Amino acid sequence: MTNVTMTVNGKSVTREVKGNTLLSDFLREDLRLTGTHVGCDTSQCGACVVHVNGEAVKSCTMFAAEADGAEVGTIEGQANADGSLNVIQQAFQDHHGLQCGFCTPGMVMSAAALLKDNPKPSEAEIRDYLEGNICRCTGYHNIVKAIMAASGQDVPAVAAE
Amino acid sequence: MPKDHGIGASPKRREDVRFLTGAGNYTDDINVHGQAYVHFLRSDLAHGKINSIDTSAAEGMPGVVKIFTGADFEGVGGLPCGWQVTDKNGEPMKEPAHPVLAQGKVRHVGDPYAAVVADTLEEARNAAEAIVADIEELDPVVDMAAALEAGATKVHDDLSDNLCYDWQFGTDTETTDAAFAKAAHVTKLELVNQRLVANPMEPRVAVGDYSRAGDEHTLYTTSQNPHVIRLLMGAFVLGIPEHKLRVVAPDVGGGFGTKIFHYAEEAFCTFAAKACNRPVKWTSTRSEAFMSDCHGRDHVTTIELALDADNNFLAVRTDTKANMGAYLSTFASSVPTWLHGTLMAGNYKTPAVQVNVKAVFTNTVPVDAYRGAGRPEATFQLERVIDKAARELGVDPIALRRQNFITQFPYATPVAVEYDTGDYEATMAKMEELMDIPGFAARRAESEKNGKLRGLGVNCFIEACGIAPSNLVGQLGARAGLYDAATVRVNATGSISVMVGAHSHGQGHETVFPQVVAEMLGIDESMIDIVHGDTSKIPFGMGTYGSRSLAVCGSAMVRATEKIINKAKKIAGHLLEASESDIELKDGQFTVAGTDKSVAWGDVTLAAYVPHNYPLEDIEPGLEETAFYDPANFTYPAGAYACEVEVDPDTGAVSIEKFVSADDFGNVVNPMIVEGQVHGGIAQGIGQALLENCAYDENGQLLSASYMDYAMPRADDLPHMANYVVDHSCQTPCTHNPLGVKGCGEAGAIGSPPTVVNAVIDALHSGGHTHVSHIDMPVSPSRVWAAINGQ
Repeated sequence: MTNVTMTVNGKSVTREVKGNTLLSDFLREDLRLTGTHVGCDTSQCGACVVHVNGEAVKSCTMFAAEADGAEVGTIEGQANADGSLNVIQQAFQDHHGLQCGFCTPGMVMSAAALLKDNPKPSEAEIRDYLEGNICRCTGYHNIVKAIMAASGQDVPAVAAE
Repeated sequence: MPKDHGIGASPKRREDVRFLTGAGNYTDDINVHGQAYVHFLRSDLAHGKINSIDTSAAEGMPGVVKIFTGADFEGVGGLPCGWQVTDKNGEPMKEPAHPVLAQGKVRHVGDPYAAVVADTLEEARNAAEAIVADIEELDPVVDMAAALEAGATKVHDDLSDNLCYDWQFGTDTETTDAAFAKAAHVTKLELVNQRLVANPMEPRVAVGDYSRAGDEHTLYTTSQNPHVIRLLMGAFVLGIPEHKLRVVAPDVGGGFGTKIFHYAEEAFCTFAAKACNRPVKWTSTRSEAFMSDCHGRDHVTTIELALDADNNFLAVRTDTKANMGAYLSTFASSVPTWLHGTLMAGNYKTPAVQVNVKAVFTNTVPVDAYRGAGRPEATFQLERVIDKAARELGVDPIALRRQNFITQFPYATPVAVEYDTGDYEATMAKMEELMDIPGFAARRAESEKNGKLRGLGVNCFIEACGIAPSNLVGQLGARAGLYDAATVRVNATGSISVMVGAHSHGQGHETVFPQVVAEMLGIDESMIDIVHGDTSKIPFGMGTYGSRSLAVCGSAMVRATEKIINKAKKIAGHLLEASESDIELKDGQFTVAGTDKSVAWGDVTLAAYVPHNYPLEDIEPGLEETAFYDPANFTYPAGAYACEVEVDPDTGAVSIEKFVSADDFGNVVNPMIVEGQVHGGIAQGIGQALLENCAYDENGQLLSASYMDYAMPRADDLPHMANYVVDHSCQTPCTHNPLGVKGCGEAGAIGSPPTVVNAVIDALHSGGHTHVSHIDMPVSPSRVWAAINGQ
């Protein structure tokens, strides 16, 4: 067992964990932040994407102990301070970018990471970036729309091109 | 102006807020105090005889609560099949036993034969390593044709062979043969509708809980139909009466059919919770999901189409082998028969249609309904053979279809169903307009300049949704009724809870159903909530599958709301001192017709619960009504789909450049959600056409058991926004349900696979590769390259 301290959604947390505890399990089971989902066991699906020191990370590929001292962001910390949806979350709702909601936290976290590095991505760039996030419900169409809208682009104009 | 509320509007989904903020409540998010964890030992052989399972070393290991094998389940029932198919000789299908944990033999890779319950999952896994199972490898039967050969190894030793049933349906043989005999042209096609895995992103989870205080069981499970699970598991497997068993399906992360069925893990956790006197939790890994979630499709078919000299369809004859896998799953037997054979007329007035199906047991994961369930298989073979016929005859594939359309409704097909309404010409014309068919030649020329072959594929589809009239399906072998139910509970202050049998796992019922009730009552949607997914809260309903939620459960909700309105008018009449027949309800106000006398919705609901001034001698207090709705017929959504692909002749790679769907779903309550459903269905159809394949090797080893091996569609596999339109503007309302709705959940997955394959064949022919008449799905680069190069 080892002591792990990290800042999760702006709050410092310390827990004693086994060395082989995955960050995804640590978030879900130790911190009860169940918005981070686990949809596979081979790091393909992306439902568990969180931010570690500002980078998008599949939390099932990292031990909790590796995040010792890190700043971790999860879906639970994404809303605005007043509790309203942030720009990306709101765009997902506005454009029906989710159905069952299971892949959604990972999609939102990946989208945020993409827009941080590339504030105005093209449709092709968004589709390429989402290679590591699988959605079975939406066919991605409205997810792509939502991310374009969240980046301030005129979605109807893109669709009409 | 589009409507901003009620039927026909697209309000933002209310469920989204919890999903977008991490506040959803999925089954794996549920932990019951004191719970233990189960790890299943699953067969790594396709077929084996269990000689012994030695658990002694494992029993004393840290954290172990109890270890179970098949012997522990000898006193309980097996997993039942819910549909009895009668074969062409009048004999019932063969129904092998399906124990919760394997007894005597293991029959597919993934078949569970032991289970360890321990304090932690890690301890359960560690103890499982110490269990010694002596399982003697037997020859597996994997290929369906081989399974049917005389003397083939039997999957079930107590059955005479591996044939589950040999079923024939539709036009009799003499009439069918006569139609073929007089045909001017016959087109024949052999094809495979490959095995798929539904792959909802949330793996299955079950948490069993037991209260000794009341001898009460609770099962939390990832199900599309909690009442069906309660009935099947309670009555047929564990012998628990319904009033002692609660099944809860909270937020469920996608289903697509594979979460309809009653699974061994559900029965295990419920059973083990009592046996261990502790809650027991199981969370599937994705690898387990691949080898334990029921698979879909897996049909091998020969189809023949007979045409006269004027290209009128005379007859269709199909011969299909359908893989059941190692056991009969809940609805497995109905998929290749009643959900497939009844759709073989398609959109066409073919006078003779005969369907032959042999269902086969093999040493593979059981196969059952997956999005579309039988209807994609019917559509694919019919629309492929029509396309091949058009090419052989040198006629336009659109014109050939159009010429043979059913145009008069109602229309009784030769395969038992009666289409109540439709307009196939309208959807075809809409598709042609949106696709810009006249512009195709220029687009093809442009592709050719870039060294690519461009193809145009078109097809139609029809499906039977809103399953189903109970008396009809009862005659066909269903062991359940297929009605649904809703309770509308109006509270004293006028807010409403609607308890529904349908289950929402992505479909947006929590948003859509209130749109309907709000429209009927003229009140704000925010006053109405939907309650679903908990057998202790909702009336007995059959759940969500077969695009039935709005057509069946929504109809029950309409009927219950009508009862509410009738009673509320009585109360309003009393309050207004007028006859109830003079009371009108509009915009949440009850008015005496022709006067300005009115009372508001809230006045009436309050009077119902505070009946100080109330006609107690005539009606009871309170305002709560339940309706069960049994549909008079199926609904028949239909449409026309088209796509353009580019094929790289050097690599065989296929890309989808343009896609149009023109669907007729009847009336539409929420266009945004309908379009989302179609996008999702088409993505799964394109996935089938180009990417997905659940593959076994000759030893019955599952080769595609992870996302590294099974190609799920990614965002860049699908058409871009500018070249992709899903249209539902052609609307012929269903004639027999109160909303006039047909269902939209499966259309995309049914309609799109032949579209893509037809387009690929068209592209190859444009490049002079006219020897290629068919490529089986998935139409992968290697298969296209091999076809081009004659390999």
